[in-house]
Amino acid sequence: MHQLLNHCLIQISMAKKCEMKLLGSVGSPFVTRVKFALKLKSIDYEYIQEDLANKSELLLTSNPGLQKVPVLFHANKQPMSESLIIIEYLDEILPDVHPILPSNPSDRAQSRFLAYYIDTLYCPWMKEFMLTRESERKEELKRLIIEGSMMLEEAFVKLSKGKAFFGGDEIGFLDIVVGCFLGWIKFFGIIFGFNVIDETRNPRLAQWGKSLWSHEATRSVIPSDEIHMNFFKMLLGFLPPMPDMPIPA
Amino acid sequence: MEKVKLFATWSSPFVKRIVWALKLKNVEYEIIYEDLANKSPELLKYNPIHKKVPVLVHNEIAICESLVILEYIDETWNDVCPLLPKDPLDKAKERFWAKFGDEQVLPSFFGYVMKQGKDQEESKETTLAHLKRVEQLLSEKKFLSGESFGFLDLAFGWLAENSRPLEVITGLKLLDEDSFPNLCTWKDKFLEIPAIKESWPDQETLIAKYQEIRESKGK
Repeated sequence: MHQLLNHCLIQISMAKKCEMKLLGSVGSPFVTRVKFALKLKSIDYEYIQEDLANKSELLLTSNPGLQKVPVLFHANKQPMSESLIIIEYLDEILPDVHPILPSNPSDRAQSRFLAYYIDTLYCPWMKEFMLTRESERKEELKRLIIEGSMMLEEAFVKLSKGKAFFGGDEIGFLDIVVGCFLGWIKFFGIIFGFNVIDETRNPRLAQWGKSLWSHEATRSVIPSDEIHMNFFKMLLGFLPPMPDMPIPA
Repeated sequence: MEKVKLFATWSSPFVKRIVWALKLKNVEYEIIYEDLANKSPELLKYNPIHKKVPVLVHNEIAICESLVILEYIDETWNDVCPLLPKDPLDKAKERFWAKFGDEQVLPSFFGYVMKQGKDQEESKETTLAHLKRVEQLLSEKKFLSGESFGFLDLAFGWLAENSRPLEVITGLKLLDEDSFPNLCTWKDKFLEIPAIKESWPDQETLIAKYQEIRESKGK
Protein backbone atom coordinates (compact mmCIF):
# COMPACT_ATOMS: atom_id res chain seq x y z
CA MET A 1 0.00 0.00 0.00
CA HIS A 2 2.86 2.34 0.94
CA GLN A 3 4.55 1.55 -2.38
CA LEU A 4 1.38 2.34 -4.32
CA LEU A 5 0.97 5.66 -2.51
CA ASN A 6 4.56 6.57 -3.36
CA HIS A 7 3.97 5.59 -6.95
CA CYS A 8 0.89 7.84 -7.07
CA LEU A 9 2.71 10.78 -5.54
CA ILE A 10 5.56 10.44 -8.01
CA GLN A 11 3.10 10.32 -10.88
CA ILE A 12 1.14 13.33 -9.61
CA SER A 13 4.34 15.36 -9.42
CA MET A 14 5.15 14.21 -12.97
CA ALA A 15 1.67 15.28 -13.99
CA LYS A 16 2.31 18.78 -12.72
CA LYS A 17 5.46 19.10 -14.83
CA CYS A 18 4.00 17.49 -17.88
CA GLU A 19 4.54 20.29 -20.41
CA MET A 20 1.15 19.60 -21.88
CA LYS A 21 -0.75 21.79 -24.33
CA LEU A 22 -4.25 21.29 -25.66
CA LEU A 23 -5.54 22.85 -28.84
CA GLY A 24 -9.32 23.11 -28.72
CA SER A 25 -12.39 25.04 -29.80
CA VAL A 26 -15.35 26.50 -27.94
CA GLY A 27 -18.10 24.03 -27.08
CA SER A 28 -16.60 20.94 -28.78
CA PRO A 29 -17.61 17.85 -26.76
CA PHE A 30 -14.50 16.06 -28.04
CA VAL A 31 -12.27 18.78 -26.57
CA THR A 32 -14.32 18.60 -23.34
CA ARG A 33 -13.48 14.90 -23.14
CA VAL A 34 -9.75 15.58 -23.16
CA LYS A 35 -10.12 18.42 -20.62
CA PHE A 36 -12.01 15.99 -18.41
CA ALA A 37 -9.25 13.39 -18.62
CA LEU A 38 -6.53 15.99 -17.95
CA LYS A 39 -8.49 17.20 -14.90
CA LEU A 40 -8.93 13.68 -13.50
CA LYS A 41 -5.23 12.96 -13.98
CA SER A 42 -4.30 16.27 -12.28
CA ILE A 43 -2.27 17.30 -15.32
CA ASP A 44 -1.50 20.99 -15.68
CA TYR A 45 -1.70 22.19 -19.25
CA GLU A 46 -1.83 25.24 -21.45
CA TYR A 47 -5.07 25.61 -23.39
CA ILE A 48 -4.87 27.14 -26.87
CA GLN A 49 -8.12 28.35 -28.42
CA GLU A 50 -8.60 27.50 -32.09
CA ASP A 51 -10.99 29.32 -34.42
CA LEU A 52 -12.22 26.58 -36.75
CA ALA A 53 -13.58 29.18 -39.19
CA ASN A 54 -10.04 30.50 -39.60
CA LYS A 55 -7.66 27.59 -39.01
CA SER A 56 -4.28 28.37 -37.51
CA GLU A 57 -0.86 27.31 -38.76
CA LEU A 58 -0.53 25.25 -35.59
CA LEU A 59 -3.63 23.20 -36.39
CA LEU A 60 -2.76 22.77 -40.05
CA THR A 61 0.74 21.52 -39.27
CA SER A 62 -0.12 19.35 -36.26
CA ASN A 63 -3.20 17.67 -37.75
CA PRO A 64 -2.80 18.12 -41.51
CA GLY A 65 -4.99 15.21 -42.57
CA LEU A 66 -8.18 15.91 -40.67
CA GLN A 67 -7.60 19.50 -39.45
CA LYS A 68 -9.72 18.85 -36.36
CA VAL A 69 -9.51 19.51 -32.64
CA PRO A 70 -8.62 18.34 -30.05
CA VAL A 71 -4.84 18.10 -30.60
CA LEU A 72 -2.59 17.26 -27.66
CA PHE A 73 1.03 18.38 -27.50
CA HIS A 74 3.14 16.59 -24.90
CA ALA A 75 6.63 18.07 -24.49
CA ASN A 76 8.54 17.50 -27.75
CA LYS A 77 6.62 14.44 -28.80
CA GLN A 78 4.60 14.14 -31.97
CA PRO A 79 1.19 15.90 -31.67
CA MET A 80 -1.74 13.59 -31.04
CA SER A 81 -5.30 13.85 -32.32
CA GLU A 82 -8.55 11.86 -31.86
CA SER A 83 -10.10 12.28 -28.41
CA LEU A 84 -10.42 8.57 -27.59
CA ILE A 85 -6.81 7.89 -28.51
CA ILE A 86 -5.65 10.89 -26.44
CA ILE A 87 -7.60 9.69 -23.38
CA GLU A 88 -6.04 6.22 -23.57
CA TYR A 89 -2.59 7.81 -23.91
CA LEU A 90 -3.12 9.96 -20.81
CA ASP A 91 -4.36 6.89 -18.94
CA GLU A 92 -1.26 4.93 -19.90
CA ILE A 93 1.34 7.59 -19.01
CA LEU A 94 -0.14 7.99 -15.51
CA PRO A 95 -1.75 4.61 -14.79
CA ASP A 96 -1.91 5.00 -11.00
CA VAL A 97 -3.53 8.44 -10.91
CA HIS A 98 -7.32 8.05 -11.23
CA PRO A 99 -7.35 5.12 -13.68
CA ILE A 100 -9.82 5.86 -16.49
CA LEU A 101 -10.17 2.63 -18.52
CA PRO A 102 -11.54 -0.39 -16.60
CA SER A 103 -8.90 -2.89 -15.53
CA ASN A 104 -10.22 -6.12 -17.03
CA PRO A 105 -9.92 -6.76 -20.80
CA SER A 106 -13.58 -7.65 -21.27
CA ASP A 107 -14.87 -4.42 -19.66
CA ARG A 108 -12.25 -2.47 -21.58
CA ALA A 109 -13.47 -3.99 -24.85
CA GLN A 110 -17.12 -3.21 -24.01
CA SER A 111 -16.18 0.37 -23.15
CA ARG A 112 -14.17 0.85 -26.35
CA PHE A 113 -16.98 -0.63 -28.43
CA LEU A 114 -19.56 1.70 -26.86
CA ALA A 115 -17.26 4.68 -27.40
CA TYR A 116 -17.00 3.69 -31.08
CA TYR A 117 -20.80 3.45 -31.23
CA ILE A 118 -21.20 6.90 -29.66
CA ASP A 119 -18.79 8.49 -32.14
CA THR A 120 -19.91 6.73 -35.31
CA LEU A 121 -23.68 6.52 -34.80
CA TYR A 122 -25.24 8.10 -31.69
CA CYS A 123 -23.51 11.49 -31.89
CA PRO A 124 -23.90 11.84 -35.71
CA TRP A 125 -27.63 11.02 -35.29
CA MET A 126 -27.97 13.86 -32.79
CA LYS A 127 -26.16 16.25 -35.11
CA GLU A 128 -28.26 15.22 -38.09
CA PHE A 129 -31.43 15.58 -36.04
CA MET A 130 -30.48 19.18 -35.27
CA LEU A 131 -29.83 20.00 -38.90
CA THR A 132 -32.31 18.03 -40.99
CA ARG A 133 -35.49 19.68 -42.29
CA GLU A 134 -37.21 16.50 -43.45
CA SER A 135 -39.78 15.52 -40.84
CA GLU A 136 -39.76 11.84 -41.85
CA ARG A 137 -36.00 11.63 -41.36
CA LYS A 138 -36.34 13.53 -38.06
CA GLU A 139 -38.81 10.92 -36.82
CA GLU A 140 -36.51 8.10 -37.92
CA LEU A 141 -33.54 9.73 -36.13
CA LYS A 142 -35.63 10.24 -33.01
CA ARG A 143 -36.45 6.53 -33.00
CA LEU A 144 -32.79 5.59 -33.48
CA ILE A 145 -31.63 7.95 -30.70
CA ILE A 146 -34.27 6.60 -28.29
CA GLU A 147 -33.19 3.02 -29.07
CA GLY A 148 -29.59 4.09 -28.55
CA SER A 149 -30.41 5.56 -25.15
CA MET A 150 -32.15 2.32 -24.14
CA MET A 151 -29.02 0.42 -25.14
CA LEU A 152 -26.85 2.82 -23.12
CA GLU A 153 -29.17 2.34 -20.15
CA GLU A 154 -28.56 -1.44 -20.33
CA ALA A 155 -24.83 -0.91 -20.70
CA PHE A 156 -24.82 1.42 -17.71
CA VAL A 157 -26.63 -1.10 -15.50
CA LYS A 158 -24.12 -3.77 -16.50
CA LEU A 159 -20.91 -1.76 -16.25
CA SER A 160 -21.69 0.38 -13.19
CA LYS A 161 -22.45 -2.72 -11.09
CA GLY A 162 -24.86 -0.73 -8.94
CA LYS A 163 -22.57 2.27 -8.44
CA ALA A 164 -23.01 5.90 -9.51
CA PHE A 165 -20.85 5.93 -12.65
CA PHE A 166 -19.99 3.77 -15.65
CA GLY A 167 -16.57 3.56 -13.99
CA GLY A 168 -18.11 2.41 -10.67
CA ASP A 169 -17.44 4.62 -7.65
CA GLU A 170 -15.24 6.90 -9.71
CA ILE A 171 -15.66 8.63 -13.06
CA GLY A 172 -14.30 6.41 -15.83
CA PHE A 173 -13.88 6.22 -19.60
CA LEU A 174 -17.53 5.99 -20.64
CA ASP A 175 -18.54 8.66 -18.12
CA ILE A 176 -16.22 11.02 -20.01
CA VAL A 177 -17.08 9.72 -23.49
CA VAL A 178 -20.86 10.02 -23.02
CA GLY A 179 -20.83 12.74 -20.35
CA CYS A 180 -19.23 15.32 -22.66
CA PHE A 181 -22.60 15.43 -24.48
CA LEU A 182 -24.65 16.25 -21.38
CA GLY A 183 -24.79 19.91 -22.38
CA TRP A 184 -26.10 19.05 -25.87
CA ILE A 185 -28.59 16.63 -24.34
CA LYS A 186 -29.89 19.27 -21.95
CA PHE A 187 -30.43 21.74 -24.77
CA PHE A 188 -32.04 19.12 -26.98
CA GLY A 189 -34.73 18.95 -24.35
CA ILE A 190 -35.13 22.73 -24.18
CA ILE A 191 -35.03 23.53 -27.88
CA PHE A 192 -36.50 20.44 -29.54
CA GLY A 193 -38.72 19.24 -26.71
CA PHE A 194 -37.11 15.81 -27.03
CA ASN A 195 -35.48 14.12 -24.05
CA VAL A 196 -32.59 12.06 -25.36
CA ILE A 197 -32.17 10.72 -21.82
CA ASP A 198 -35.60 10.39 -20.30
CA GLU A 199 -36.44 9.75 -16.63
CA THR A 200 -39.12 7.17 -17.48
CA ARG A 201 -37.39 5.34 -20.35
CA ASN A 202 -33.86 5.57 -18.95
CA PRO A 203 -34.11 6.00 -15.15
CA ARG A 204 -30.60 4.82 -14.28
CA LEU A 205 -29.01 6.91 -17.04
CA ALA A 206 -31.03 9.96 -15.94
CA GLN A 207 -29.73 9.51 -12.39
CA TRP A 208 -26.22 9.07 -13.75
CA GLY A 209 -26.58 12.32 -15.70
CA LYS A 210 -27.49 14.17 -12.50
CA SER A 211 -24.60 12.63 -10.53
CA LEU A 212 -22.10 13.45 -13.24
CA TRP A 213 -23.44 16.95 -13.87
CA SER A 214 -23.08 17.89 -10.22
CA HIS A 215 -19.60 16.40 -9.80
CA GLU A 216 -16.87 18.92 -9.09
CA ALA A 217 -14.66 17.66 -11.96
CA THR A 218 -17.49 18.03 -14.46
CA ARG A 219 -18.38 21.59 -13.44
CA SER A 220 -14.86 22.69 -14.22
CA VAL A 221 -14.78 21.27 -17.78
CA ILE A 222 -18.28 21.34 -19.26
CA PRO A 223 -18.88 24.61 -21.15
CA SER A 224 -21.35 27.02 -19.59
CA ASP A 225 -25.05 27.14 -20.41
CA GLU A 226 -24.38 30.38 -22.25
CA ILE A 227 -21.83 28.75 -24.56
CA HIS A 228 -24.20 25.90 -25.32
CA MET A 229 -27.09 28.26 -25.98
CA ASN A 230 -24.96 30.37 -28.32
CA PHE A 231 -23.79 27.26 -30.13
CA PHE A 232 -27.35 26.07 -30.71
CA LYS A 233 -28.57 29.51 -31.72
CA MET A 234 -25.75 29.72 -34.22
CA LEU A 235 -26.66 26.32 -35.67
CA LEU A 236 -30.35 27.13 -35.82
CA GLY A 237 -29.60 30.56 -37.27
CA PHE A 238 -28.52 28.85 -40.45
CA LEU A 239 -31.87 27.12 -40.86
CA PRO A 240 -35.34 28.42 -41.74
CA PRO A 241 -37.62 28.01 -38.69
CA MET A 242 -40.03 25.10 -38.55
CA PRO A 243 -43.57 26.04 -37.53
CA ASP A 244 -43.67 23.76 -34.49
CA MET A 245 -40.23 24.61 -33.09
CA PRO A 246 -39.86 27.09 -30.22
CA ILE A 247 -37.48 29.94 -31.03
CA PRO A 248 -34.86 30.23 -28.28
CA ALA A 249 -35.15 33.47 -26.36
CA MET B 1 -10.93 -24.98 -21.53
CA GLU B 2 -11.85 -21.49 -22.64
CA LYS B 3 -14.49 -21.34 -25.33
CA VAL B 4 -13.74 -19.01 -28.23
CA LYS B 5 -16.08 -18.54 -31.19
CA LEU B 6 -15.64 -16.27 -34.18
CA PHE B 7 -18.57 -15.21 -36.33
CA ALA B 8 -17.19 -14.61 -39.79
CA THR B 9 -17.54 -14.45 -43.52
CA TRP B 10 -14.67 -15.90 -45.47
CA SER B 11 -13.85 -12.80 -47.51
CA SER B 12 -14.24 -9.92 -45.03
CA PRO B 13 -10.94 -8.04 -44.46
CA PHE B 14 -12.16 -7.20 -40.95
CA VAL B 15 -12.63 -10.88 -40.14
CA LYS B 16 -9.28 -11.82 -41.65
CA ARG B 17 -7.28 -9.69 -39.24
CA ILE B 18 -8.93 -11.54 -36.33
CA VAL B 19 -8.16 -14.94 -37.85
CA TRP B 20 -4.51 -13.87 -38.21
CA ALA B 21 -4.33 -12.62 -34.61
CA LEU B 22 -5.85 -15.79 -33.16
CA LYS B 23 -3.45 -17.90 -35.23
CA LEU B 24 -0.42 -15.86 -34.13
CA LYS B 25 -1.48 -16.24 -30.49
CA ASN B 26 -2.10 -20.01 -30.90
CA VAL B 27 -5.71 -19.63 -29.71
CA GLU B 28 -8.05 -22.49 -30.50
CA TYR B 29 -11.43 -21.32 -31.70
CA GLU B 30 -14.56 -22.35 -33.53
CA ILE B 31 -15.38 -20.40 -36.69
CA ILE B 32 -19.00 -19.86 -37.69
CA TYR B 33 -19.53 -18.67 -41.26
CA GLU B 34 -22.47 -16.33 -41.69
CA ASP B 35 -24.61 -15.73 -44.74
CA LEU B 36 -25.07 -11.95 -44.49
CA ALA B 37 -28.28 -12.15 -46.51
CA ASN B 38 -29.67 -14.52 -43.90
CA LYS B 39 -28.07 -13.73 -40.52
CA SER B 40 -28.21 -16.33 -37.78
CA PRO B 41 -30.16 -15.64 -34.56
CA GLU B 42 -26.86 -16.09 -32.69
CA LEU B 43 -25.15 -13.28 -34.62
CA LEU B 44 -28.12 -10.98 -34.02
CA LYS B 45 -28.01 -11.84 -30.33
CA TYR B 46 -24.27 -11.16 -30.00
CA ASN B 47 -24.17 -8.03 -32.19
CA PRO B 48 -27.64 -6.49 -32.00
CA ILE B 49 -26.44 -2.96 -32.80
CA HIS B 50 -24.48 -3.40 -36.02
CA LYS B 51 -25.43 -6.99 -36.89
CA LYS B 52 -22.03 -7.39 -38.59
CA VAL B 53 -19.04 -9.70 -38.58
CA PRO B 54 -16.55 -10.21 -37.03
CA VAL B 55 -17.86 -10.96 -33.56
CA LEU B 56 -15.62 -12.75 -31.08
CA VAL B 57 -17.38 -14.63 -28.32
CA HIS B 58 -15.14 -15.63 -25.41
CA ASN B 59 -16.75 -17.55 -22.55
CA GLU B 60 -20.13 -16.21 -23.69
CA ILE B 61 -19.01 -12.57 -23.71
CA ALA B 62 -19.34 -10.95 -27.15
CA ILE B 63 -16.79 -8.44 -28.46
CA CYS B 64 -17.58 -6.47 -31.64
CA GLU B 65 -15.61 -4.17 -33.96
CA SER B 66 -12.42 -5.65 -35.36
CA LEU B 67 -9.90 -3.16 -33.91
CA VAL B 68 -11.54 -3.51 -30.47
CA ILE B 69 -11.36 -7.30 -30.84
CA LEU B 70 -7.66 -7.13 -31.79
CA GLU B 71 -6.84 -5.17 -28.62
CA TYR B 72 -8.91 -7.61 -26.55
CA ILE B 73 -7.03 -10.58 -28.02
CA ASP B 74 -3.70 -8.85 -27.35
CA GLU B 75 -4.61 -8.10 -23.72
CA THR B 76 -6.17 -11.49 -22.97
CA TRP B 77 -3.54 -13.75 -24.59
CA ASN B 78 -0.65 -11.54 -23.61
CA ASP B 79 2.03 -14.20 -23.18
CA VAL B 80 2.45 -14.93 -26.91
CA CYS B 81 3.31 -12.65 -29.85
CA PRO B 82 2.52 -9.16 -28.47
CA LEU B 83 0.73 -7.06 -31.09
CA LEU B 84 0.71 -3.53 -29.66
CA PRO B 85 3.91 -1.85 -28.41
CA LYS B 86 4.40 -1.10 -24.71
CA ASP B 87 5.27 2.59 -25.12
CA PRO B 88 2.10 4.75 -24.80
CA LEU B 89 3.10 7.12 -27.60
CA ASP B 90 3.89 4.30 -30.03
CA LYS B 91 0.59 2.68 -29.09
CA ALA B 92 -1.29 5.93 -29.74
CA LYS B 93 0.38 6.25 -33.16
CA GLU B 94 -0.61 2.70 -34.16
CA ARG B 95 -4.18 3.25 -32.99
CA PHE B 96 -4.37 6.51 -34.94
CA TRP B 97 -3.07 4.98 -38.18
CA ALA B 98 -5.26 1.88 -37.82
CA LYS B 99 -8.30 4.17 -37.47
CA PHE B 100 -7.15 6.23 -40.45
CA GLY B 101 -6.73 3.01 -42.42
CA ASP B 102 -10.24 1.80 -41.69
CA GLU B 103 -12.02 5.14 -42.08
CA GLN B 104 -10.12 6.57 -45.07
CA VAL B 105 -7.76 4.20 -46.87
CA LEU B 106 -9.78 1.00 -47.01
CA PRO B 107 -13.08 2.55 -48.19
CA SER B 108 -11.38 4.66 -50.85
CA PHE B 109 -9.24 1.74 -52.06
CA PHE B 110 -12.11 -0.70 -52.40
CA GLY B 111 -14.35 2.03 -53.78
CA TYR B 112 -11.74 2.81 -56.43
CA VAL B 113 -11.25 -0.78 -57.59
CA MET B 114 -14.92 -1.70 -57.54
CA LYS B 115 -15.99 1.28 -59.63
CA GLN B 116 -15.70 1.51 -63.36
CA GLY B 117 -15.21 4.24 -65.94
CA LYS B 118 -15.53 7.88 -64.86
CA ASP B 119 -16.38 7.07 -61.22
CA GLN B 120 -13.15 5.15 -60.94
CA GLU B 121 -11.07 8.01 -62.38
CA GLU B 122 -12.53 10.45 -59.89
CA SER B 123 -11.62 8.40 -56.83
CA LYS B 124 -8.11 7.62 -58.09
CA GLU B 125 -6.44 10.80 -56.73
CA THR B 126 -7.80 10.34 -53.21
CA THR B 127 -6.77 6.70 -53.09
CA LEU B 128 -3.25 7.47 -54.30
CA ALA B 129 -2.87 10.28 -51.74
CA HIS B 130 -3.91 7.92 -48.94
CA LEU B 131 -1.51 5.23 -50.12
CA LYS B 132 1.32 7.78 -50.19
CA ARG B 133 0.75 8.48 -46.48
CA VAL B 134 1.02 4.78 -45.70
CA GLU B 135 4.14 4.56 -47.91
CA GLN B 136 5.72 7.31 -45.77
CA LEU B 137 5.03 5.34 -42.59
CA LEU B 138 7.35 2.63 -43.90
CA SER B 139 10.21 4.99 -44.77
CA GLU B 140 12.53 3.84 -41.99
CA LYS B 141 10.83 0.65 -40.91
CA LYS B 142 10.63 -2.94 -41.99
CA PHE B 143 7.03 -3.34 -40.87
CA LEU B 144 4.31 -0.80 -40.03
CA SER B 145 4.74 -1.71 -36.36
CA GLY B 146 8.54 -1.37 -36.49
CA GLU B 147 11.29 -3.98 -36.68
CA SER B 148 8.82 -6.81 -36.37
CA PHE B 149 5.19 -7.03 -37.43
CA GLY B 150 2.34 -6.15 -35.08
CA PHE B 151 -1.06 -4.53 -34.67
CA LEU B 152 -0.69 -1.99 -37.46
CA ASP B 153 0.46 -4.61 -39.97
CA LEU B 154 -2.60 -6.72 -39.17
CA ALA B 155 -4.76 -3.60 -39.52
CA PHE B 156 -3.36 -2.94 -43.01
CA GLY B 157 -3.06 -6.61 -43.92
CA TRP B 158 -6.10 -6.27 -46.21
CA LEU B 159 -3.93 -4.15 -48.51
CA ALA B 160 -1.23 -6.83 -48.78
CA GLU B 161 -3.73 -9.62 -49.27
CA ASN B 162 -6.04 -7.97 -51.79
CA SER B 163 -3.78 -5.90 -54.00
CA ARG B 164 -2.74 -8.70 -56.38
CA PRO B 165 -6.23 -10.25 -56.79
CA LEU B 166 -7.65 -6.81 -57.53
CA GLU B 167 -4.86 -6.07 -60.04
CA VAL B 168 -5.74 -9.28 -61.85
CA ILE B 169 -9.43 -8.46 -62.18
CA THR B 170 -9.09 -4.74 -62.97
CA GLY B 171 -5.94 -4.91 -65.07
CA LEU B 172 -4.68 -1.89 -63.11
CA LYS B 173 -1.30 -1.96 -61.38
CA LEU B 174 -2.35 -0.44 -58.09
CA LEU B 175 0.77 -0.83 -55.97
CA ASP B 176 3.46 -0.24 -58.55
CA GLU B 177 7.07 -0.62 -57.43
CA ASP B 178 8.14 2.82 -58.67
CA SER B 179 5.50 4.83 -56.79
CA PHE B 180 5.25 2.59 -53.72
CA PRO B 181 8.57 0.75 -53.23
CA ASN B 182 8.17 0.50 -49.42
CA LEU B 183 4.62 -0.80 -49.61
CA CYS B 184 5.56 -3.39 -52.22
CA THR B 185 8.43 -4.70 -50.07
CA TRP B 186 6.21 -4.69 -46.98
CA LYS B 187 3.44 -6.52 -48.82
CA ASP B 188 5.74 -9.39 -49.81
CA LYS B 189 7.23 -9.67 -46.30
CA PHE B 190 3.77 -9.63 -44.71
CA LEU B 191 2.44 -12.37 -46.96
CA GLU B 192 5.44 -14.57 -46.06
CA ILE B 193 4.63 -14.57 -42.34
CA PRO B 194 3.59 -18.22 -41.75
CA ALA B 195 0.32 -17.46 -39.94
CA ILE B 196 -0.70 -15.17 -42.82
CA LYS B 197 0.52 -17.47 -45.59
CA GLU B 198 -1.39 -20.44 -44.21
CA SER B 199 -4.72 -18.64 -43.85
CA TRP B 200 -7.51 -19.39 -46.24
CA PRO B 201 -8.88 -18.22 -48.66
CA ASP B 202 -6.12 -18.36 -51.21
CA GLN B 203 -5.50 -15.73 -53.86
CA GLU B 204 -7.32 -17.62 -56.66
CA THR B 205 -10.53 -17.89 -54.65
CA LEU B 206 -10.33 -14.18 -53.79
CA ILE B 207 -9.94 -13.29 -57.46
CA ALA B 208 -13.07 -15.24 -58.39
CA LYS B 209 -15.11 -13.64 -55.59
CA TYR B 210 -14.13 -10.08 -56.50
CA GLN B 211 -14.85 -10.69 -60.16
CA GLU B 212 -18.35 -11.79 -59.19
CA ILE B 213 -18.96 -8.66 -57.08
CA ARG B 214 -17.60 -6.30 -59.73
CA GLU B 215 -19.80 -7.80 -62.42
CA SER B 216 -22.93 -7.59 -60.30
CA LYS B 217 -22.24 -3.89 -59.54
CA GLY B 218 -21.62 -3.13 -63.21
CA LYS B 219 -25.12 -4.26 -64.19
